[in-house]
This record gives sequence, C-alpha cells and structure tokens, in this order.
Amino acid sequence: MSDILPFLKSIISVSGLSGFETPVANLIEKKWTPLVDQLTRSRLGSIHGLKKGRSTTGIRSADKSPRPSVLIATHMDAIGLMVSRIVDGFIYVTNIGGVDSRVLPGTPVLVHASSGEDLYGVVVLPPANLLPDGEGSGAVALKYLMVDTGLTPSDVSKRVKVGDRVAFNTEPVEIAGGCVSGHTLDNRASVAALTICLEELQSKSHVWDVWALASVQEEVSFGGSYTSTFELRPTIAVALDMTFGRGTGSSGYQTFPLGKGITLGIGPSVHPHLHKRFKEVADRIEIPVDNDLMPEHSSTDADAMQLIAEGIPTMVVSIPQRYMHTPVELVSIKDIQRAGRLLAEFIASLEADFIEKIIWE
Amino acid sequence: MLSIGKPQINLLEKLCNALSVSGAEGEVRRIVLEEVKPYADEVKVDALGSVLVRKNGAGKKPLRVLLDAHMDEVGFMIVADDGEGFFQFEVVGGIDPRHLVGKQVIVGKDHTIGVIGAKPIHLTTPEERKHAIDVDAMRIDLGPEGKASAGERATFATKFKIVGPSIMSKSIDDRIGVAILIELLKNAPKNIELCLSFSVQEEIGLRGAKVAGYYFNPDLAIAVDSTPSRDLPDFDGRENYTYNTKLGFGPAIYMANSSTIDDPRLVKFLEETAIKNKIPYQFRQPGGGGTNAGAIQQSRAGVPVVSVSVPHRYTHSPVSVSRVEDWKNTLNLLHTALNNMTPELVKR
Repeated sequence: MSDILPFLKSIISVSGLSGFETPVANLIEKKWTPLVDQLTRSRLGSIHGLKKGRSTTGIRSADKSPRPSVLIATHMDAIGLMVSRIVDGFIYVTNIGGVDSRVLPGTPVLVHASSGEDLYGVVVLPPANLLPDGEGSGAVALKYLMVDTGLTPSDVSKRVKVGDRVAFNTEPVEIAGGCVSGHTLDNRASVAALTICLEELQSKSHVWDVWALASVQEEVSFGGSYTSTFELRPTIAVALDMTFGRGTGSSGYQTFPLGKGITLGIGPSVHPHLHKRFKEVADRIEIPVDNDLMPEHSSTDADAMQLIAEGIPTMVVSIPQRYMHTPVELVSIKDIQRAGRLLAEFIASLEADFIEKIIWE
Repeated sequence: MLSIGKPQINLLEKLCNALSVSGAEGEVRRIVLEEVKPYADEVKVDALGSVLVRKNGAGKKPLRVLLDAHMDEVGFMIVADDGEGFFQFEVVGGIDPRHLVGKQVIVGKDHTIGVIGAKPIHLTTPEERKHAIDVDAMRIDLGPEGKASAGERATFATKFKIVGPSIMSKSIDDRIGVAILIELLKNAPKNIELCLSFSVQEEIGLRGAKVAGYYFNPDLAIAVDSTPSRDLPDFDGRENYTYNTKLGFGPAIYMANSSTIDDPRLVKFLEETAIKNKIPYQFRQPGGGGTNAGAIQQSRAGVPVVSVSVPHRYTHSPVSVSRVEDWKNTLNLLHTALNNMTPELVKR
C-alpha cells in the first residue's frame, strides 16, 4: 500500500471551502487521472472518475450491455468562514457550514483575499466592553468575532472584500499512535481513502464500473452528490465520510475509538443488503468494523443519493474522527487505509447479478 | 538610532517559539545566557532561575540602572494521565479559557504536539453552545498512544510570523522585552552601570523580579514589558475610549497601574526624551494591570521605577499582534534615555 500521508497533507493544506472547491479539486484530479479510465467535472464542480469494470464475456469491445456501476462519494468541500463586513481593518465573518464559534478565538486562519493573496490572520475575541451588554461574557457569538490580519486598515480594504473566504490554517501534524491532526480532515481523509481504493483496484479484477466522486457543497446542501448521482445514475452508491471519535466531551453509541477500525452505517439511509455485503467482506479480509447507528439521518451524501431518480440503494462507511469541524480534527491513518482497502474488496466482490439479489424481505 | 533587522527578528522568533511557562523557563534562559555572555561583565543565574547581568559603566560611581523583562509565559501544566493519550491540565497564569479549545499545543522538552479538542458541533445543543467550555472539561490529546508526565509544561503551538508591519506570535509578552534588553546590552551606554534582570515567574505574581531587585540594589529601575492594546472597533460603532494603548503609536509609558504609581520624574524624563528625539510614544491609560516595577519598587529601601511597554493585542492568547515599529521605537526610547541619564534624575 502506498504512503497516503503526503497526498493527505497536501489536500488539507489547500483551500476548498463549500462552493469554492477548485484548488483542492485540481490536486485530486491530478492524483486520480492515472488511476481511472476517464475523468470529468460536473456542472457544479464535482469530480467524476470512472474506472471501468471487466466485461463479463472477457472481451470488452464485444460487450454491448451496460455494466452495473457503484458510485463511491467522498465530499471534498470544507467548512469555514466568509467575510461579512470590514471595519477599521478588522474583518467580521459568517459561517460556511457548521462551525461552533467557541473553537474560533485564537484560531489561525487564511483569508483568501479578492486580491489573489492568501492573508495570514487570527480570529479574535473583542474585549467585552466593546460588545453589546451581556454578549462579551461566556461563549461569544460568531457575529461579534473578528479576524485580524496584522495589516493596516488601508491595506486590508485594498485587498479584502465582503464574500471572500476565510479558512482554518492549522498546520497538519502527525501525532502519536499513527494519527494525523489538522483541519478539514472531514472529509479529505475520505478522499485519501478513496484514492487508496482506486490504487488497490489497479491490480484487482472487478466486474462493475466504479464512479469515484469527489463531491462539492456537502457541508451546506449535499448539492454535489444530489446532482452528480443524477448525472451518473449508479446502480448503487456508497458515501464515505467521517464519524465521531470517542474523546473529550464525546461518548456514547455515536462515538468510536480511533485506530480500532471503521464503521458501517445502520439506518434508513442504508440498504441492509449493502451493509450485509460490507460486513461479510470486512470479516473475510479481517478489517475490524463496528455498527454506526443512524436512526434518522446519516448526515452524509447518502441522504441525498438515495433520493435520486427512482431511488438508489445506498450505504454509509465511516472513519472515526475526534473533534469534527474544529481546527484540530484527528484521525488514524490506519483507519483511512482500512476504509480504502475495504471499499476495493467490496467492489471486487460485486458479481454481475448482485443487484438482482438486493431484495427487501 | 538602533534598527530592527534580520538578526533582531530571528532572535525574537527563537524567543517567542520557545516553551517557557512560569517556573520552567529553561528554554528562554538558555537562549538569554548564550546571547548575553559575550557582552556582560557579570552573568549569574539566581536561586529562582532568573538571569542577572551586569555591564559596568565608566567613572567612579555611575548611576546603577536596572532594566527588567520577564522570561516566563502563561501556559499549562500536565497534572494527570487519563489514558489513551488524554491528559488533564491546569492553567498557569491568566489565560481566558475561551482561547483553548480547537488549538494545537506543544508539550515538554521535545515540544510534542497535541491538541485541545472540543465536542463536534453535531453533538451539541444550541443551549450548550451559549456557554463557554470549562477547563475542567478539556483535555490535552497527544494521540491514542501519546505519552507525557504529570508536571510537564505546555503552551500554544502557534509559530512566530512577521506579517506586513506586524509580529503575530504567542508570548510576545514578554519575549519582546527580553529581546530589547539583549539589544540594549549589545549597545550598552557607558554613562551608567547597566543591570539586567531576565526574570522568572512574573505571570504568577512578580516573583523573580522581587529578588532580582534586592540583588542589584539599583538607583532606579525600568520594567520593560508588553501591555494590552484594546484598540478594536466597538460593535455598535461607538467610540472606543478604553483602548489601554494603540498599536503603532509607539512605546507605552506607564503612569500608574494596580501595583505601582510610576515615579513622576522618570515618566517626565521619558516623555521629554521622546519629544526631543522625535520618537513616537504614548501613555498607557492608567489603571489595572501590573508589571515587575511593582515588585522592584518595594525592594530594600525602595527603588524609583517606571514601566515601558510594547503594545500588543490579544493578551495571553495563541496569537498576539504587535508592530515592529513600536518595538523599534521602544528600543530607541530606552537606549536614548539610558544614554542621557545622570544621577540628578533621582536625586532626593
């Protein structure tokens, strides 16, 4: 298995906030191009990589019937902030996606300025007496926080405009226990896992076509997965995303230890037969898996994909991650590798008539 | 006029990136010792760990002037191992706990990187998000196999940066004072006996300076520190008249704080020196806060003191912001003032 860490570090070191995914998309496209048979972009900017399946007759050109296809969705967008107004060189922000404002004071950020420059900055907590009464104590709401770039007010107003994006700027670091920490590992760690899957498929025979999807705008609307799934119309679809790691402030059935394996979803967003096949494959290749219980929503691209056209059987596979949506997300590299390998083995396991076996009891 | 160039910036970077929490100032102490040894007539590390430096002056009994800057910073101490890489910690010094979650930290001699995480927003309720998170509920996470020992110190992992006209770093308070003292020693005036205390444990009660003041028995003393600048806009657009200091307006001369009334002769002398030499300066808005001047003033039979600070925004947070110009002007105000000091200044 190749060392995925340099690629993972590279894709969490470039910008790609929801709706503005191009910088990270370019890196992913470069990495995937040699691993797929064709690569295109959707109208909204999602990446579609097609790895064709093996013809059942053994002669690809003679096989006229369309092959069934499995779509693996990993969203590549990231949560972050957007400039809402600028006062005396201080930049007020609003959120793109789910951001708990309590993690922001003191957080290093990059302002992707209209001038084309990436400006270093920090989110700051204004003194309480400069805020409306009662707003300065306890948790301070996002609308009162500001970004200081260290530049003079005139330099800021020359460079930065309302609507410019502001991204977390925590440096990726490797930490004890084979883990990596940084921002936006949700969901670039899954993009890395899907890349491992594509690498594994280079030397594996698979009957089904494989669509590798790096989707846009998952964090705000599932916009990428809705539209790409419609366009590609896969036979089945799998969302690969993050799930909650057990850790500070997080315990209970929704949380999983890091480095101890990955999770398979159970709930309305998951077709039970897909879950069953994943479990069988995981047991066969000895990848530890746990059940991730999702009583209503999976809060992944699967929620969107299952509703496309006449409906699509979907599955959710997740990698445990501590501190989701903070600047210091933390995942186990081993779990990323496990997810990639499990996906590849699952794909290779799909027989030509698998879809006919998916019947509701 | 002295200037701030590459060597000065490189030294400040090294100082700011060091881990030097109150009571464990070894990293900064080593840098200071290495820097001062070639220039000093006397160097010693005292009983508490402060570095005390003397540069003799010319003449029979030159004015003995003590300059103080503290080597310690606010931070954390690891107090218990919860297993699986989670460590309980206590805050050392005055840190607003709202700056802690979502941050990278460095722990111990090897600067092992860890994080202070937070519950994912998905698992919180809107009511919960209205309340700040207690330090008791936070852990330093060094990874599932992470190791640390109770007693080890930790601090923010943020790295020093120069951005446009600004310094953006942890621990500008008071590494910028340490850097200024080193530069003054390298350009020591001949007319005075220059005493420097690079003191420990300022953040937890001005402890190092108290004994350093006793040791030197100076004729006068100046605490060189970094003071908060709260020059941010008011959310509702009212005038902000409680800014304490403003970035870019030069060294902040103190007149009074919670621990001292600064000696009016020294305050006046600094102001006149600034005006005469066209060095920008500002008065820190009186009240609140405290510097080592408070401890030194009361040593032995009393010492006339004044504080001069480089302003910074966002005190005791992962990233403070100061201006290089303010640093330079503080250095030059002090250098010029020292060069022009005579015993008349503090005559009884």
